[in-house]
Amino acid sequence: MQVRPYSAWISRLFILAVASLTLTGFMQMPLAKRYYVTMVPGLAWTGDFFLVHKLHYLLATLLLFVVGLVVVNWIKGWNRQLSLTPLGMARVGVVAGLVVSGGLRVYRNLPGVTLHPMAILTIEWVHLVLVMVLGVLALVALLRNCSAYAVRK
Amino acid sequence: MSKNKKQVGAVSRRGFLKALGVGGAGMLIPTGAMAAQERVPSSSEGELATLLDLSKCIGCGECVNACRESNASKFPEPVKPYPDMLPAKRAKTEDWSDKRDVDDRLTPYNWLSLQNAEVTYKGEDYDINIPRRCMHCQNPPCANMCPFGAANKELSGITKINDALCMGGAKCRAVCPWHIPQRQSGVGLYLNLMPRLAGNGVMYKCDRCYQLLDKGELPACIAVCPEDVQTIGPRHEIVARAKALAAEMDGFIYGLEENGGTNTLYVSPVPFEMINQVIDKDSGKGVGKKANKGRKKGLGPGKPHMDAVKDVMADETNLATATLVAPIAGIAAGFLGLASRLSTGSEEGGDDAS
Ligand code: SF4
Ligand code: SF4
Ligand code: SF4
Repeated sequence: MQVRPYSAWISRLFILAVASLTLTGFMQMPLAKRYYVTMVPGLAWTGDFFLVHKLHYLLATLLLFVVGLVVVNWIKGWNRQLSLTPLGMARVGVVAGLVVSGGLRVYRNLPGVTLHPMAILTIEWVHLVLVMVLGVLALVALLRNCSAYAVRK
Repeated sequence: MSKNKKQVGAVSRRGFLKALGVGGAGMLIPTGAMAAQERVPSSSEGELATLLDLSKCIGCGECVNACRESNASKFPEPVKPYPDMLPAKRAKTEDWSDKRDVDDRLTPYNWLSLQNAEVTYKGEDYDINIPRRCMHCQNPPCANMCPFGAANKELSGITKINDALCMGGAKCRAVCPWHIPQRQSGVGLYLNLMPRLAGNGVMYKCDRCYQLLDKGELPACIAVCPEDVQTIGPRHEIVARAKALAAEMDGFIYGLEENGGTNTLYVSPVPFEMINQVIDKDSGKGVGKKANKGRKKGLGPGKPHMDAVKDVMADETNLATATLVAPIAGIAAGFLGLASRLSTGSEEGGDDAS
């Protein structure tokens, strides 16, 4: 639809981060070896649980950087010139949920931190379900041809 | 073994039972050493740890049997026939249900096994028996890396796998430095989901007899031991006791640094590198001497090593700082004006922002 009203590299960084976070996130499940992903040339690393886990952390820092950048810009002025599309709003909510649940996941993995098993279960499944919701929303946005998060007011 | 029979006074089996006032349990106690202090180790004091004095273990196998009895109700009862897994080459069923008696390694039906190492150290011969089971790591990778939240560490220092949630993908075994958890196919949640495509059973390992600890009783292997090999208590006290014991026997500690610290500390009169080199592969309980002469196989599945182990979650711990700094850097960049200029409406490529 509309011409994107903010610089393209923010979108590109965001897409890169989310796509590779999704891949490394799904590879947290023991799928790579079972389903021969590790046999695909260039994808042998998907079978290394620790490597994939660390990459997931690294990519999360990229996403968090972009999120910080966008939030500040939004407060500083974008909010007066841009408005979120309904699908944009939904996806912002889901990304926020992913960031929070992911952050709690990182916190849980620190030495000396022990959370209640029920809390961990909740964090884990919220994170897993939200990424699937994000996938569905992205698909809907694509089909509706309105994948921009925000448009000019 | 048995080079040193002295008991360093601290939290002992007796002290534990006595302080808890567990009626009748006193009968289990040999009348010998009553040097124990009066302590009430409970999880309100933080993580509980165990100490195994390897100079005392005679390899009688009582603990192995007690573990089985204590945990029999938790053992898997798989439904046969098992679902045909896809892809068949990669997803093999692991079935121990017909081999429940196997006790010379860890299996879903045997959470504790004995290893044996004959070592000559400083001109003396030692015959060391080593009860092996989950180390209950302080920062357990099996729990941290489980994608479903099925494995957890509890405040009491116990690492536990929830058999109702585990999918049996065995990732926890892959990331455990000792590959402790063992899989049984044909049980668990995956049977109700996509049995052919996802999951492969449930993982089992020592859960430190939480059902007994919850009642203020000792884990079965500790209570039954005729030689008083094991002691349980708050970790800081167990660490102090392990250090004192090691100093006293001029010995060595395993578990203090391994994987960043575990809640299972072994103290031995001989270096663990030596033990690790000669640790037998198929000793079974109480055997080990001649039975395996000439065997050169490496320590196999279910037969944990005693090598040094670096903290496998250390990189993640460092990266956690990066995830804290990243949004702050983003915010700073935002205030510095990065990306603040709205590009003109003529910016190319309209809708690729997803
Ligand atoms: S096998 Fe079970 S406990 Fe181990 S990682 Fe998978 S779901 Fe978690
Ligand atoms: S020894 Fe292995 S199974 Fe036990 S807590 Fe540590 S990582 Fe988990
Ligand atoms: S603590 Fe309990 S479950 Fe663990 S090895 Fe001892 S008897 Fe077995």
